[in-house]
Amino acid sequence: MSISKLSSWGHYPYAPQTGRAPGWRESVQAALRDAGERFGTTLPFGNGRSYGDSCLAATDQVVVLRGLDRFIAADWKTGVVRAEAGVTLGEVLALTVPHGWMLPVTPGTQFVTLGGAVANDVHGKNHHVRGTFGRHVRRFSLLRSDREPLECASNEHADLYQATIGGLGLTGIIEWVELQFMPVASSHLATQTIPFANLDAFLALSRELDAQHEYGVAWIDCLGRGASLGRGIYMCANHASDLCFETPRRHVRDVPFAPPWSPVNRYTLKLFNEFYYRREAAKAGTAVVDYASYFYPLDNIQNWNRLYGRRGFQQYQLVVPDASARDALYAFLDAIASMNAGSFLAVLKRCGPLVSPGLLSFPMQGISLALDFPQYDARNTALFARLDAIVREAGGRQYPAKDAHMSGDDFRAAYPAWQALEQLRDPALMSRFWLRTTR
Amino acid sequence: MDKNILIVGGSSAIAVACAREWVKGGANFMLAGRHATRLEAVAQDLRVRGAGRADTFMLDVNNFDQHSAMLDAAISKLGHIDIVLLAHGTLSDQSECERDPQAAVREITVNALSTIALLTLLACQFEVQKSGSIVVISSVAGDRGRPSNYVYGTAKAAVTTFCEGLRARLFKSNVKVLTVKPGFVDTPMTAGLALPGPLVASPERVAADIVRAVARGKDSIYTPWFWAEIMLVIRALPGFVFKRIPL
Repeated sequence: MSISKLSSWGHYPYAPQTGRAPGWRESVQAALRDAGERFGTTLPFGNGRSYGDSCLAATDQVVVLRGLDRFIAADWKTGVVRAEAGVTLGEVLALTVPHGWMLPVTPGTQFVTLGGAVANDVHGKNHHVRGTFGRHVRRFSLLRSDREPLECASNEHADLYQATIGGLGLTGIIEWVELQFMPVASSHLATQTIPFANLDAFLALSRELDAQHEYGVAWIDCLGRGASLGRGIYMCANHASDLCFETPRRHVRDVPFAPPWSPVNRYTLKLFNEFYYRREAAKAGTAVVDYASYFYPLDNIQNWNRLYGRRGFQQYQLVVPDASARDALYAFLDAIASMNAGSFLAVLKRCGPLVSPGLLSFPMQGISLALDFPQYDARNTALFARLDAIVREAGGRQYPAKDAHMSGDDFRAAYPAWQALEQLRDPALMSRFWLRTTR
Repeated sequence: MDKNILIVGGSSAIAVACAREWVKGGANFMLAGRHATRLEAVAQDLRVRGAGRADTFMLDVNNFDQHSAMLDAAISKLGHIDIVLLAHGTLSDQSECERDPQAAVREITVNALSTIALLTLLACQFEVQKSGSIVVISSVAGDRGRPSNYVYGTAKAAVTTFCEGLRARLFKSNVKVLTVKPGFVDTPMTAGLALPGPLVASPERVAADIVRAVARGKDSIYTPWFWAEIMLVIRALPGFVFKRIPL
């Protein structure tokens, strides 16, 4: 089966990918070898939720794994599930939640595949207590063009295990993943919503409340000026204890096409942020909600990336260590406000000290901030140069899964283990990101 | 109570999507087909999803002698069969069928004769047990002989007509026969074809329609629904017009 016109989530850079889509585990290695022989290199492609060019093949020829969507085994006593790499997190949750098992780590969308979650070593709102996705991966099967299929675990082919977690799909194609789930007393979350006035208030809140909660995250209004610079909403949560185990029904709206001009501009953003702040601030206090509305608010708007128009957008996600976080984040918000740039949803999150087994894992102990910027070439180039300098100076780093601009120097300095990954890279795999940052 | 379901063509995309719907309500499966490893992968998936049991049977539908062994195996594993789904088939290479009589006959054999042989065998079993549903994947292609795929269409027309007669025969025995006519479905069988995007349905969508139609005891469905309207128009075209349209 072949598929064309695949793109990354940000639609920038726009480089439509063509893929062969093996439907069965037995045909993946042949697809990999065939693509490698025919085009030189290829890249595994999951569900296209990486934002920048890390999911784009250097040759624009990918192997699409979404067709590997079967479960292989599940042990409901121990919470260990083995599934093919193309299964999405949402599909896994629909299976495990009724049995009382939750994903120990989930990013902000349930539309990523298991393979993609491993390859980007994703993190979630509980990073401060559970670390990254990779910490819960017991085992996976890896298919390479240059050797026989192999199984990787922390004590088995440990080098490839570590390189593949956060390895951006470059060490081979993940065929299946075995994951340890987390027992919960409910699929509902008991949330607490607290508006805050500025960054200092957020830092104090998250320092105090993250420790008492499984989950903690904040939204900030990055268009605020002066006294309201960094105002936002902090939302922490624990699993409820009502023994309800439901997969929530979703009311999904679709953005059917990308308009030629993006409706996202500084005026609509200001309006939106004002509206959003007021609406969420009005919800201050406690509530019990289903997990999807807390974890995946944007999943209700299918293809929301199209709101940014045909030019697309870039997400900028950084993490800075605690010591320099306050100053760096103020400088960050200043730079954004002064250029009148801005973002729908700016997400702020305190990351914890737990270390990932992955060589190129993104999170570090400190504060992470993610922002979406509509693609305006000149503006973004100028803005990102300023932001990059702030991150560099603060000793922080950016997230390859979101990236479409980071310089090779910044990448190699922030991820010194890149050379170890390069050593273990499958010679038949190459992404645009890797080509851009390591050559 | 768990439904006992026999599927022929058990690794086909539509069959898998149907099985995943049925398993939500509790089900046991016997999956028959050509590819042992694929069938086992599907069976594993269904077991994890909660199937009471999911067994497989290696079957080449063109080898009619194997049919009764498969039915015996299904009865011995499942006991009573509530639903049988015939979802096997190939999409013929029309131009090859136009040049090579062998190819044309082969396509008719796999898409029509094997189904007719299976249905004949199954009908006798269902007539005795006096309950259950027989679901057959036919196609909109069987409604009219189109130049682009009339060999495949001929096979599906035979299947549709056979099912209509069988439905009337088994009506007296309280056995339902459902003819399913999908339009374009995004499956490995149609990969590589230039299909009109808005008309292409996912196997999941088609499966949801099939499962609903079985539950409601329908006789025949188009899926997705808009194919009923499209085929109404296409069937109404007079022959002297139809032969001039390159469909």
